[in-house]
Amino acid sequence: MRDKTVTITIDGKQVEAKAGQKIIEAADDAGIYIPRLCHHKDLPPRGHCRLCVVKVDGRPRSSCTIPVEEGMTIENDTEELNAHRRTVLEMMFVEGNHFCPSCETSGNCELQAEGYRLGMVVPKLPYIETHREVDATHPDIFINRDLCILCGRCVRASALQDGKTVFAFEGRGIEKVITVNAEHGLGETLMDVADAAAHVCPTGCLRTKRVGYSVPVGERKYDHNPIGSEIEQAASH
Amino acid sequence: MPKETTAIIEQIAHQFNNDPTRLMDVARAVHGRLGHLSELSIGLIAKNLGIHRAQVRDMVSFYAFFSRSPQGKNVIRICTAVVERMNGADELVEAFEKELGIFLGETTEDGKVTLEKASCIGLSDQAPSVLVNGIALTQLKPEDVPGIVAAICSGDEIDTLPQARVRKNLRQSGPILLGPYESGDAVRKAIRKTPAEVIIELYASHLRGCGGAGFPTASKWEKCRTSKGESHYVICNADEGEPGTFKDRVILMENPELVFDGMTIAAFTIGAEEGMIYLRGEYDYLRGSLERALANHRQLGLLGNNICGIEGFNFDIRIQAAAGAYICGEESALIESLEGKRGAPRDRPPFPVERGYKEQPTLVNNVETFCGVSRVLEHGGQWFSRLGTEQSKGTKLLSISGDCRLPGVYEVEYGITVEKLLQQVDAEDAQAVQIGGPSGFCIGPKDYLRSIAFEDLPTGGSIIIFGPDRDILEYMYQFGEFFAEESCGWCVPCRVGTTLLLKDLREVLDGHATHRELDELKQLCGTIKTMSQCGLGLTAPNPILSTIEQFPELYEARLQEGDYYPRLDLNKALKAGCTASGRELFQIETGEPAVTNS
Ligand SMILES: Cc1cc2nc3c(=O)[nH]c(=O)nc-3n(C[C@H](O)[C@H](O)[C@H](O)COP(=O)(O)O)c2cc1C
Ligand code: SF4
Ligand code: SF4
Ligand code: FES
Repeated sequence: MRDKTVTITIDGKQVEAKAGQKIIEAADDAGIYIPRLCHHKDLPPRGHCRLCVVKVDGRPRSSCTIPVEEGMTIENDTEELNAHRRTVLEMMFVEGNHFCPSCETSGNCELQAEGYRLGMVVPKLPYIETHREVDATHPDIFINRDLCILCGRCVRASALQDGKTVFAFEGRGIEKVITVNAEHGLGETLMDVADAAAHVCPTGCLRTKRVGYSVPVGERKYDHNPIGSEIEQAASH
Repeated sequence: MPKETTAIIEQIAHQFNNDPTRLMDVARAVHGRLGHLSELSIGLIAKNLGIHRAQVRDMVSFYAFFSRSPQGKNVIRICTAVVERMNGADELVEAFEKELGIFLGETTEDGKVTLEKASCIGLSDQAPSVLVNGIALTQLKPEDVPGIVAAICSGDEIDTLPQARVRKNLRQSGPILLGPYESGDAVRKAIRKTPAEVIIELYASHLRGCGGAGFPTASKWEKCRTSKGESHYVICNADEGEPGTFKDRVILMENPELVFDGMTIAAFTIGAEEGMIYLRGEYDYLRGSLERALANHRQLGLLGNNICGIEGFNFDIRIQAAAGAYICGEESALIESLEGKRGAPRDRPPFPVERGYKEQPTLVNNVETFCGVSRVLEHGGQWFSRLGTEQSKGTKLLSISGDCRLPGVYEVEYGITVEKLLQQVDAEDAQAVQIGGPSGFCIGPKDYLRSIAFEDLPTGGSIIIFGPDRDILEYMYQFGEFFAEESCGWCVPCRVGTTLLLKDLREVLDGHATHRELDELKQLCGTIKTMSQCGLGLTAPNPILSTIEQFPELYEARLQEGDYYPRLDLNKALKAGCTASGRELFQIETGEPAVTNS
């Protein structure tokens, strides 16, 4: 039962997938990249960012949460979906305050890299101008909430991989922010720089102190190859 | 004080067996006793329930009824939903502000009163209305305010005030849902059948869910019955949060026995021992009478152990009071909330019928659906399906409010035209009708011959009428405010998009847009509809999209000529700077510099 395979079609290409696999994983295995931000390969999916939405038999579904089924026809790299994805990305930019040129994560940032990959030039949407608190109380880690896209990776990593539940959400709707398991700040929690949660943030929000420029600009992860190219290349070998 | 707080919270947690899935009850009880949920309380609750402080904060920060800073002894919540504002809620807010000397969202200096606003509280047919410490005062006028405030401040019983009356306004009780009923009749008939036969009867009735989505009830029950689990659960969705709906409230006031019996039949059919009614926080004042009705039912042997004398048929119902969040009407968010968490919708599959409450197969139906079930079992599926249309059998309860002479609840046969409805409620001059509340559609006269049915105009029951003099686009904006406030924040397109829609629509309404900005607004609507996770985001753009389709001329009238409208008014933006630096603004011809030294 476990090893049963199913056949699905992604953008016209027939793909063998393991039963029970999520659509995004099946696509990865086949060397087809579906844009994503909240999904992380070591964590269960949650479907927050909606960048990975594809059309499954014509209906929009998040590919990180929906399991494959025999005969599914999936549209991924279409102009319509990519336009929606650009708008959703823009929403993340205007919700926060992302000034890439002055950000130490520039070049290693998945949000920025998705922006480049999807051809987002500059947000056309109006800025929301929310103000959220910086937390620098921890000796080794800071939280710059203006860069948080509420992907929840830190929440899941801390609870499931580190067994600590250092992070959680707070508030509703546009007021929602990331909160820590302490009365005041991260410094009072069990958070350690070696924790998995310290290394899963896709943006510059949750970062280790004092290593920001150890890799110079120009030599960073996405400076030469677009995000997703590792997935596309792995399968072509 | 901290010592006292510690003791109070320990005792409350103990009352709920220190069970973290009962966090909603614990938080409500602590809030009730201490007036708010401080960081100290949050930490103590966490400790007593054996969970993390961040988890408690996560949950309590989600619900509108929980305050984390001290509140007044009395809390006045003024309903500022659309129908209420059509009926003078803004003037009422002003009157309360003036009388109390505070603004909305503030507390009087003596700590006696906090003034807040609320989303629709389910009393649109007797608007405007407020909740004072959970008790409803209806059909208020600004003149009533001084007397009400005086009574509150001198500590009088709120429920003795003359305005403390909730009318049923049951204008038309039809043949099915709201006629007389003898407690237990439907259950006694059901238990003569096998569970499989009950489902066959439901198939014959073609009953469809009344909560909005219209899912066939029989097949939902069948799926739940055949899903394997350690236990099965029956949940009645009494969250009734769609602005303009109040029919579930009337059922719960008029005929709760029909609902209980429907749930008991469900328990018999799917094999459940526990049932829950998720009652919106705004309906707290119904809890007392519902508890009494439940107790009565237990005495009649219709709940509890060995129901109707059948050995081993055990089932009971508890009421879960909620705390103010529209999204908790969505069934998976409701289940999360029942488990003591924030009301965030789950992704599907798995569906609740497979894995719901505590990961077990769970049946969630609307209040009205359970009534329908009781009637089907009482009189037979054939009897039920003789009324209605091809795809929508039976009758439907509608909550009708807005600009009409006879607002209230009507039981109508599916298939009734909007025109006929408007005649019944005496609103034949309606400019527009909002079918299904903000998440539904706004239609104009050219569509009044269409009918209420799943195959044409589906509705969970909310019908709001706009009279000839209303500026309907302003009300669409207010619907937008509702969605922005109620978005749960789980996913980006809805969390951010609902706020952006407001900004962009405002520009259009204020005459700061051309065709181009209107097109961009439509595209934004499209992204939100395509990319959101749940029904809230998927429907949030409907007020805008349906009015663009039905009333394009209202938009045209506000658009400017030209290719685009600059978001930034340069002159305005520079004005403060010019004043500060003593430089003058220079009225420019195109191509000239915007400011110049003088
Ligand atoms: C945002 C949102 C709010 C909802 N609110 C309610 C509600 O207040 N009451 C209700 O019965 N169903 C509501 N629903 C529908 C429920 O998810 C679910 O479909 C319904 O309770 C199933 O019962 P039914 O089959 O008897 O209609 C809502 C759905 C969404 C997406
Ligand atoms: S801090 Fe980073 S990982 Fe955590 S939710 Fe925000 S963006 Fe995601
Ligand atoms: S669509 Fe809105 S309400 Fe639904 S999950 Fe997303 S943010 Fe929450
Ligand atoms: S990657 Fe699937 S929703 Fe974020």
